Amino acid sequence: MAITYLDAIREAQSRALEEDENVYIYGQDVAAFGGAFKATKGLSERFPGRVIDAPISEDAIVGSAVGAAIEGMRPIIEMQFADFSSIGFNQIINQSATQFWRTGVPCPITIRLPSGGTEGSGPFHSQSLESIYAHYPGLIVMTPATVEDAYGMLLEAIRIDDPVIFCEHKLLYYHLKADELPKTILPVGKARIARAGRHATVVACSAMVHEALRAARELAEEGWQIEVVDLRSAKPIDTDTILASVARTGRLLAVSESFPWGGLTAEVVSRVSAEGFHLLDAPPQRLNSKDTPIPYHPNLWRAHRPTWQTIAAATRNLIQL
Amino acid sequence: MPHTTPSVASAASVDAEKNRERFVSAFRWMLLARTFEDKIAALYRAGKIVGGVYLGRGQEAFSAALGMQLDQKHGDVFAGLIRDQAGRMAFGEPLLDSARTYLGSAEGPMRGRDGNIHRGRPLRGMPAMISHLGAMISVVNGMLMAKRFRGRTDVVGGATIGDGGTSTGAFHEGLNQAAVERLPLVVAVADNQFAYSTATEHQYACENLVDRAIGYGVRGYRIDGTDLEACLEAFAEAIERARRGEGPQMVVGKLLRLAGHGEHDDARYIPPDLRDKPFGGDCLPLARERLLDEKWLSQDELDELVTTTQESVDEAVARAQSEPDPNPFRESWHALATKHLAEGTLPAD
Repeated sequence: MAITYLDAIREAQSRALEEDENVYIYGQDVAAFGGAFKATKGLSERFPGRVIDAPISEDAIVGSAVGAAIEGMRPIIEMQFADFSSIGFNQIINQSATQFWRTGVPCPITIRLPSGGTEGSGPFHSQSLESIYAHYPGLIVMTPATVEDAYGMLLEAIRIDDPVIFCEHKLLYYHLKADELPKTILPVGKARIARAGRHATVVACSAMVHEALRAARELAEEGWQIEVVDLRSAKPIDTDTILASVARTGRLLAVSESFPWGGLTAEVVSRVSAEGFHLLDAPPQRLNSKDTPIPYHPNLWRAHRPTWQTIAAATRNLIQL
Repeated sequence: MPHTTPSVASAASVDAEKNRERFVSAFRWMLLARTFEDKIAALYRAGKIVGGVYLGRGQEAFSAALGMQLDQKHGDVFAGLIRDQAGRMAFGEPLLDSARTYLGSAEGPMRGRDGNIHRGRPLRGMPAMISHLGAMISVVNGMLMAKRFRGRTDVVGGATIGDGGTSTGAFHEGLNQAAVERLPLVVAVADNQFAYSTATEHQYACENLVDRAIGYGVRGYRIDGTDLEACLEAFAEAIERARRGEGPQMVVGKLLRLAGHGEHDDARYIPPDLRDKPFGGDCLPLARERLLDEKWLSQDELDELVTTTQESVDEAVARAQSEPDPNPFRESWHALATKHLAEGTLPAD
């Protein structure tokens, strides 16, 4: 039986609730309704009193999670959409992210952000915020691209003694499938070589890994072997694995669905330029979404975000440089 | 009371004794807070304290009355803000913690990483405030939710705020959340008539902030925040009701901030005549007069108390001043409990 990315997220939460009585889920419509995307479907029946509907109060939702974490609980917060975490931003970056450093008391909370664009979702239901949260000290930011990582990394996120921003991509929820849940996964903090190659390295995370893989298949037909690095976490960034890949290929393209100013791709390019300048045969390149709000109409939306076509074009250009 | 029977008279005298003890105890915390803050303000003016100094002058009665009547050992929570020196110490914050945090001692609870009023010991029911007003309400809610998960419903969380803080979204979300979850939360709103320089007419348009209580579905109390006895009575009832499971309670105390927003602020925007108007008095001399009038303390006892209080403040400050400053070369410079996932420079450990 195939297991989707969304199933994996639900199963990870179910297992965490089963294994640790300190775990609970709090968010809008998460209880009997099972969440806007059904990521918590059936859990409130299985775990009565531990899956709780919250008022539409992202600030108070996160603030209360910090308070509960101080007392030793391990809350899982579901934001209905990553975009709405902006209302809880203060509690995330100023309360949860500073808690351990200021007081020495760990803050083990997991904040699930249904992230990224889908057709017709528009400016306020499409955002990718990993770069924003990765900017702040005290947060770990996970960006799983596979069913296996969605399961294994979410379990790890819940076990980690720090606030974890868990960016799960909505586009992967239903379509990405695996045969079974993994027994083990790569440790958090390690990037994965999603496809080996020797002509160029494409670094990506989350849904962009799949666009990059498709671009790599396309370019393989043209005789180019593209290495795709799945970052897995935006913070920490596994610089060593990226540098090792660039050492093999000499060329770097960093791809992300988030906005172009600064952010994850800039960070990757900056690190490779600073630490691996001698490895580069060409100027490192970046590909992001466009510098506008995320559009509603599918024609505009497809042109706004990086796709396998634009990644392939950027990679062809990189190889010619 | 001419018509009371002996047994009732005896019960009444026990109550009178409890009343005296409660009042004297609160007064001690008020005096300690005022004495400590006078000392800290002097150190600030002398350039011995970096950052800001924010005083609770005029709010000691309201603050102490809540902090003192919560029970730290029982598992209660107290989240004070910048004008709660009295409440924090009355709840159980050691004087030395206050001195160490203001002076940035490496031995203090914040180890120089945070300072002045941003301090706490979260595992002892004292979460460390952040500067964003209203944000601590939901943190207290979460602490109470955690205790409820573990079967503890008889603990109470106290959170304080000012008139300005009630205008934030975080305050609204937090109080509504507490009400929805029916948490044993007591919110103390010190309406001190000014948020930094902004008078209340630009802060809220209801007649009294207590009018909001019914909107949240919580019980409201409206008191004179300069009257220690009124503060003690209101918070005693609010805490008792919260502990009994009656849900959140909101106590609004009207008073006047008798200092600048911080010691950097001369507060010339506060009209001097406000001090002569209702709620403009200073709770500390008012309480002192009451003590002497009721003969709850003699003048000699009071003088002795002032002397010993000053000594304990001087001692705590001197000790904190003699302690090592934080050392940037020994600082770990990573913000995660999960050390192997921290980015940046890590020590050799």
